[in-house]
Formats: sequence, structure tokens, C-alpha cells
Amino acid sequence: MSPTRAFWRGYLDCAPFILIVVPYSMMFGVVARDAGLDVLQTFAMSAIVIAGASQFTALALLQDQAPVFIALLAALAVNLRMAMYSAALVPHIGHAPLGLRALAAYLMVDQAFAVAVRTYEDEPSMPKPAKVAYYFGCMALICPFWYGSTLAGALLREAIPASWSLDFAVPVCFIALVAPLLRSLPHLAAAFAACAGSIAFAGLPWSLGIFAAALLGIVAGAQTELALKRRQTA
Amino acid sequence: MISEAAFWTLTAALGVGTFLIRFSFLGLFGGRQLPDWALLHLKYVGAAVFPALITPLLLWPDATGGQTDPIRLLAAAAAFVAGVRFGVVPAIVAGMGSLYLLQFITGA
Repeated sequence: MSPTRAFWRGYLDCAPFILIVVPYSMMFGVVARDAGLDVLQTFAMSAIVIAGASQFTALALLQDQAPVFIALLAALAVNLRMAMYSAALVPHIGHAPLGLRALAAYLMVDQAFAVAVRTYEDEPSMPKPAKVAYYFGCMALICPFWYGSTLAGALLREAIPASWSLDFAVPVCFIALVAPLLRSLPHLAAAFAACAGSIAFAGLPWSLGIFAAALLGIVAGAQTELALKRRQTA
Repeated sequence: MISEAAFWTLTAALGVGTFLIRFSFLGLFGGRQLPDWALLHLKYVGAAVFPALITPLLLWPDATGGQTDPIRLLAAAAAFVAGVRFGVVPAIVAGMGSLYLLQFITGA
């Protein structure tokens, strides 16, 4: 397969995700304006970070008067999953020149990553230059929609009255992101422990309760997985 | 209100930090593997961080001055069910839709 064809195949394979990316990034634009950012700030954040969940996290904490460094740590924790993506991509595009790999890193987003890795696994015979082209095809579709819809949301904000309860869009977006992840017992245990923890630790200053709760959840998930494995082998 | 300085500091640092996370194995560590214990815990980051963030936002929303609002809890439950069964966009539609519907019915 030629790199050009692979690029356009990646582009088309990611097309269904426009349906998710457009409303989600518009929602970010609206919520960010609602939190007091101007249009330039809203757009800059999406263009610099390109990681919606962490942007929502950082905004929610800043708005809650948490110190910048706490908001930063929480947002980075949300993005840690992408270290796994980075590791998973090495066998496929790790041979590309450093500049391309840096661009690939900047553009890395969940849905396009998922599509690319599934294709690589389904077609082990794909030549390496085609794999790189396919990756950039996926990202080339998603990223312009991500930028454009954030901007559209930020501009549309003016037309949206307060009675629309848009504050609620933030927890709803988080629920929408996490619900599809909760497909196994360890994931449910992690979520449940984190919920219980964030109620128990709600009194801690600087939103530290959120950290304590998240750590508790992560350990609960990992321990549940280990316990299930032990039971299987026993 | 979010101050100008706080916003730009956060955005710049988050941009750099996020890039370094994404570039980690592709660039910085040259293809080394993560240790098993790290992979085991990383798997549950998403499932734990989001519920920890959501719970206080749902139980004590700013918009109601920190009062628990049954309408928001019901709408959140609807979003969760739609998310588990159908995915991201249906969850957003179900959550905001049921919030508006319940607010309309109760006249809140």
C-alpha cells in the first residue's frame, strides 16, 4: 500500500468520529467561555493542549479557586493514559524521523489512536511508511474539527442564555467519557472507590481530596484485577 | 473568575507537560517498555480520576449554591446509563436532555 493511499484510508476510517469530536469540542468552547475565558484563550487552550478531558479538568479546578499547580497536576494525571498510547505506537511508527515523531506526539488523540492501533493489529503486513501515513491521515481528520468546533462553541456562547444550565455540561462530559470505560469489575471498583473517596475527603483543602480519591480508585482497580487473577489461577 | 496570569501559566505548562507525556515513549525513552506495575495502575487512571472529579460537582453544584439538586442527580444517572449502553455522544444528549426535561416539568 502506498503512503498516499494509506493517508487517505486513515482519513476516511476516522470519519465517524467527527460525530463525537464536533459536539464535544463545541461543548468545551461554550463551557470555557462560561468560566470566564475569552475567545482567544479558549482557542489557544484547545490548540496548545488538544486533550479535551484535561482541559475540562483544569478549567473546573481553576474555577473552583484551586491553586494553578493543583489544577495542572490533576489535568496531567488525566493525560497520563497517553503515555500508554505512546508506548503502544513505538513498534509501528517508532522508526520515523524525530521531527515526525514529535508531530505525531503533538497530534495524539484518543479516538484516532484507537483506530490506528486496531488497523495495525488487523494488518500486520502493512509497510512501515504506510503505517506512518495512516497515522497522520487519522489525525489530519480529527484535529481541524477539534480546533474549528472549539472556536465555533466559543463564538456561539454569546447566543446562549444562563437558563440553559451549562455548568452541568462539565460533569455530563466527564460521565460521557468515563461510562464507556466501566466495562469490567476492576474498572467499576476503581470508579466506586473514587466516588466514595471524594465524598470522604471532600473536606481537604485545594481540591486535594480529588487526588486522594483518584489514587484510592486506581489502587482499588489494580488490586481487584490482581485478586481476580489470583482466583482464576487458584 | 479565572485570572489572566493563572490561565496562561496553566495552559503553557499543561501544553508542555501533555506533549512530554505523548512524546515519552516515541521520543524520550527510545522505545523502552513500562514496568508491569505501572501498566497495571495506568489502566485505571481514567476510571478513577473522572468519578473523583464528578462526585463533588454533582453533589454540591455551584449553580445551586452547593445545595444537592435531585434533578441534576437524575440527569447524571441518565447520562451514565446512556454512556454505558451507547457511548459518548448519546450520554451527553441524555444528560442535558433529561436535565432540561425535568427542569421544565418541575418548573425549576
